[in-house]
Amino acid sequence: MNFAFYLISGLAVAGALAAVLLKNTVHCALALTVAFAGIAMLFLQLGAQFAGFAQILVYIGAVAILVVFAILLTRGSETPRDGVYSKFPLTGLAIAAAVFAVLGWAVLNSASALPGAETTSAAPTVTVMDIGNALMSRYVLPLEIVALLLTAALIGAVIVAMHEKEEAN
Amino acid sequence: MIDKLDQVFVLLTQWVVGFLPAFLQPVAVVVIAVAAILVTFPGLFAICVLLERKGLGRMQNRIGPNRVGPFGLLQPVADGLKSLTKEDLVPLSADAAVHFLAPVFLVVVVFMGYAVLPVGRNMTLVNMDAGLLFYFAMGASTELSVFMAGWSSRNKYSLLGAMRAVAQMISYEVPLLMSSVAVVMITGSLSLNAIVDAQNVYTWGLPHWYIFTPWGFAGFVMFATAATAETNRSPFDLPEGESELVAGYFTEYSGFKFAEFFLGEYVGMLSISGLGATLFLGGWSAPLQVLGFVPSWIWFFGKVMLSMCVFIWLRGTLPRLRQDQLMNFAWKFVLPFTMLNLFVAAAWRFMGDGWLRWVVCSAVLVIAYVVMGRVGMRRKHFGPRSYRYAE
Amino acid sequence: MNPLTGYLLVAALLFAIGLAGALTRRNAILVLIGIELMLNAANLNLIAFWRYGPHPEALTGMMFAIFSIAVAAAEAAVGLGLVISIHRHAHTTDLDAMNRMKG
Repeated sequence: MNFAFYLISGLAVAGALAAVLLKNTVHCALALTVAFAGIAMLFLQLGAQFAGFAQILVYIGAVAILVVFAILLTRGSETPRDGVYSKFPLTGLAIAAAVFAVLGWAVLNSASALPGAETTSAAPTVTVMDIGNALMSRYVLPLEIVALLLTAALIGAVIVAMHEKEEAN
Repeated sequence: MIDKLDQVFVLLTQWVVGFLPAFLQPVAVVVIAVAAILVTFPGLFAICVLLERKGLGRMQNRIGPNRVGPFGLLQPVADGLKSLTKEDLVPLSADAAVHFLAPVFLVVVVFMGYAVLPVGRNMTLVNMDAGLLFYFAMGASTELSVFMAGWSSRNKYSLLGAMRAVAQMISYEVPLLMSSVAVVMITGSLSLNAIVDAQNVYTWGLPHWYIFTPWGFAGFVMFATAATAETNRSPFDLPEGESELVAGYFTEYSGFKFAEFFLGEYVGMLSISGLGATLFLGGWSAPLQVLGFVPSWIWFFGKVMLSMCVFIWLRGTLPRLRQDQLMNFAWKFVLPFTMLNLFVAAAWRFMGDGWLRWVVCSAVLVIAYVVMGRVGMRRKHFGPRSYRYAE
Repeated sequence: MNPLTGYLLVAALLFAIGLAGALTRRNAILVLIGIELMLNAANLNLIAFWRYGPHPEALTGMMFAIFSIAVAAAEAAVGLGLVISIHRHAHTTDLDAMNRMKG
């Protein structure tokens, strides 16, 4: 567990905390971007280069901008009248804490069944050629389904968010 | 001797690093290479700024700046001093943290792109297997800084300029990637070094640069169009249009922060010219085999400066496109054409060597260009005027 | 503590923070932000197991994570389109104000 891991995880967790705690919606979106960058760096630490760069390209380059545009188009940057938290915030926090407790207990209890630090192998060298081969041979069905899904999502999002013509006049 | 001149920077780095203990050497190599990038490209930026002002001046039938230094050669120094000493105004209602971070983020992200560009033979900072993907990931992050700049200024016009700029950059991101995918498909690798090595082959003294193939030429034209739009240059510079929106999304920036934005824009232009040179113009390879004695990095910088001159020429010549014309052009013409280009590149690969593939591919591309131009860019028929108020 | 446990704990923490955000914020977009955080935490889990599990050369974990990124992007697009459409109708994105079935 080297120092870089702690630093990057600290960055990702700090970004996530800021994203759910800040009052200003646009600040939340920018903190989310920091969290995405932290997670991308964790991917790079784990040796998943393609996944890390795809994370930056898709999440920071597209999803974050989408969130920001949605905030601007729905006037989210004005402070709301009734405060930023819903009616029962403590219940939500309790549920989240319980989920974290269960997950943490499961991870720590099964630590003995996992490979120890001395037996972990070196990072597998994965080239983009391997990923391409896998996508075309073993994962070709998920690839085609994701293509269909993305087309459907594209058309659906455009139709859902489109101005209706009769409201124009 | 010729070899030594070609590798002079690599040999210099190794000589300097030889003085350090063994465990520091890898870090030292990286530090020296990063320092070299941080010195070279802002230096090129200074040359480009001067070139632009003098070049635009001559195209507009006037002399550019000629007061500072002989023929105005010290103008960048004067510009730099002016930017550094101007008062740094932050509007009272502006979001101070985001206002400060936007130019910093832009400059950091733009310089990261240089890590994968092969500047010369054996002269890439990081030889990544997924180098092109890294470059585009960094390019996609610049849009966020544009938005941050526009929003944090709390200025309606800055925000409008930022939204337009982000919409434009997103629209032209897809043709940029698609025209590069054709190159990746033919080369078989995302690594920029592999792409340059594939183009460094000569037949009868002429190189196998991708721009000399039909799909490569079409791809290069699409790439250049998308690159001009990505860097918000004329004729796609409505977001920063000086006659419409004052300065667009960086209206409220002054002094050093404005200089950072300016630096980020030009360094981004140099970076994307470098990528275009790598993908289509053969990177550091010489145009003719007989000219191989000239060092590789000279060819690379020559191609980059040639691209910058073309950018400046376009700025001085073409009128600005309106926002809806720009977006129309991206989605209805450039994107379908790049997709067709992908098919043509695949056909090129599978038809095998010979004159037939040249004829077929060129014919398909020319016919598609004419047909798609007529169909995709048809003028809208305006009915009776209807009003739609902003909500 | 071996490296895999560290990554799994970070992923669990990010998941819990995303869940807290999705459950306690009022604005619909912030709920979507929480959901995106949860998806990212799951991706981190997948990649950590790919790296430290048996047969990393089979690329299963990495492929799963890449498809998950694609699907999450599609879901974010449709979700935000829906939020914009609802805002146009109800002029608010406050989830607590949308407590009637009738429009």
